[in-house]
Amino acid sequence: MKTEEAINKLTEKFSSDTLGVDLSQERRGIVSIRPSAILAVSEYLYRSEGYRFIIASAMHTRRGFEIYYHFSFDTEGMILSLHVILDSEKPHIESLSNMFSASNWIEREMHELFGINFINHPNQEKLISEGNWADDVFPYRKDFK
Amino acid sequence: MGRKTLIPIGPYHPLQEEPELFKLYCDGEIVTDIKWETGYNHRGIEKLSESKTYDQVFFLVERICGICSTSHPFAFANAVEEIAGIEITDRAKYIRSVIGELERIHSHLLWVGLAGHFLGYNTVFMWAWKYREPVLDLFEMITGNRNSYAMFKVGGVRRDIENQKIPAIRKEMSVMRKKLDLLTGAVMDDPVIHARTKGVGVLTQQDIIDYAAVGPTARASGVDIDVRRDDPYAAYPLVNWKVITAQAGDVFAKAEVRLLEMYESASIIEQCIDALEKMEEGNVALKINDIPEGIGTGRAEAPRGEVFHFVVSDGSNSPARHKIRAPSYTNIATFKKSCIGQTISDATISLAAVDPCYCCTERMAAAYDASTGEKILNANELINLSLKRTSEIRKSDAGHE
Repeated sequence: MKTEEAINKLTEKFSSDTLGVDLSQERRGIVSIRPSAILAVSEYLYRSEGYRFIIASAMHTRRGFEIYYHFSFDTEGMILSLHVILDSEKPHIESLSNMFSASNWIEREMHELFGINFINHPNQEKLISEGNWADDVFPYRKDFK
Repeated sequence: MGRKTLIPIGPYHPLQEEPELFKLYCDGEIVTDIKWETGYNHRGIEKLSESKTYDQVFFLVERICGICSTSHPFAFANAVEEIAGIEITDRAKYIRSVIGELERIHSHLLWVGLAGHFLGYNTVFMWAWKYREPVLDLFEMITGNRNSYAMFKVGGVRRDIENQKIPAIRKEMSVMRKKLDLLTGAVMDDPVIHARTKGVGVLTQQDIIDYAAVGPTARASGVDIDVRRDDPYAAYPLVNWKVITAQAGDVFAKAEVRLLEMYESASIIEQCIDALEKMEEGNVALKINDIPEGIGTGRAEAPRGEVFHFVVSDGSNSPARHKIRAPSYTNIATFKKSCIGQTISDATISLAAVDPCYCCTERMAAAYDASTGEKILNANELINLSLKRTSEIRKSDAGHE
């Protein structure tokens, strides 16, 4: 029940930016939001509600580039995943790394492997293939051969 | 203004058995900035996982880390079982927890040894690794392997722990407590270790929250998180144990948390094997035919912290997307906070304090004569050989003087 309460609180506050909610698993919630709201929603979770950022998972699908931002609410043992779908031509989204350092590396990694651009990232350098991989070749995209 | 010097640690360096490069920018003895380069070992496991069946992925993720080789299968099993809505049998839950906690003991002993080694205190190194050895022998007895145990599968575990093996585990746990008393006493009361680790590499609570560090690194700074308690899985909600925390956030606090956690692990194992003994043998794995479409997030508390697996299933027999986050991924990034302002000699132990993942599966080899089956050299003969060789060297050195 606590999971539902927490999710309801979030979706009421950001009702205009919420596109969908999935509560099919116990202690798990997936909330789809507009990409433009990512900074505001994350700031609310991290600063006001005390969520901990775990990691972000990017995917390349038919719908475009999808990112799941996983947040942990440790007192309830709950994982809340914010889901965004980005433009498939020029994927870009606001960086969270100015708010917490935990997302710094994973955003660099997603930039490198998927070619997603993180706006206002403090230092969007390559993380894992510095100096030994071509620019603008993204191995985790579906069209990579 | 002093001249800035760059000191590289790595990519291949005795401090790290795995290749990664730390660039320490120093002003005299003081570290002023640190940069990190990795990817020397990037194996593309997430991508590989998409081309393997669910059963095969267990063997793949087991090879992410040589030390905590069960934590990744643990988290992956939790994720896949969440998608399919599987509740495993109680016996399988207890066996999973026994494996997980044995791994925590051997991994923490390994860290204590390495930390001693980095401080130049090799006695700690040798004793801790000596104590670790019987745990690996237990693994060999239970699973057939000292490492990469291949115990986990969707719906349970691959092997049972037969009741006849339980007395050996129980005996080793009681011996282990005595060894831990000795080791903990030696480490916690040693003035040299105090001098080298207290107040060194301090991470404040705010640093931990900012970098989202996990595991003993977070708990040593007073951040009370542990997935085993917060998001219960396997047999952890069925046994009594407590989460160890410390407040200081320095290297000493991290050592303290790890040493005391080993007692809790021993206690969890004892409770689990007591419960196993009362149950009937067998019935450790459910038969799972299909993994439905869905999204699963699995967590497991590895010795180094929370392991996170995110699995997207499209209803086929392999994951459509599999994201893995190992605890060192967030813990290593805290070096920016713990190392800057330290001297170079303290920076190395601060780097080692978060226990960046090492891979070591060395074992002693004995040679047997193929025709008679006898050992060619036994341990005493090896020692005598070594003594003889040392005395020869001494003699030849004396001749030169």
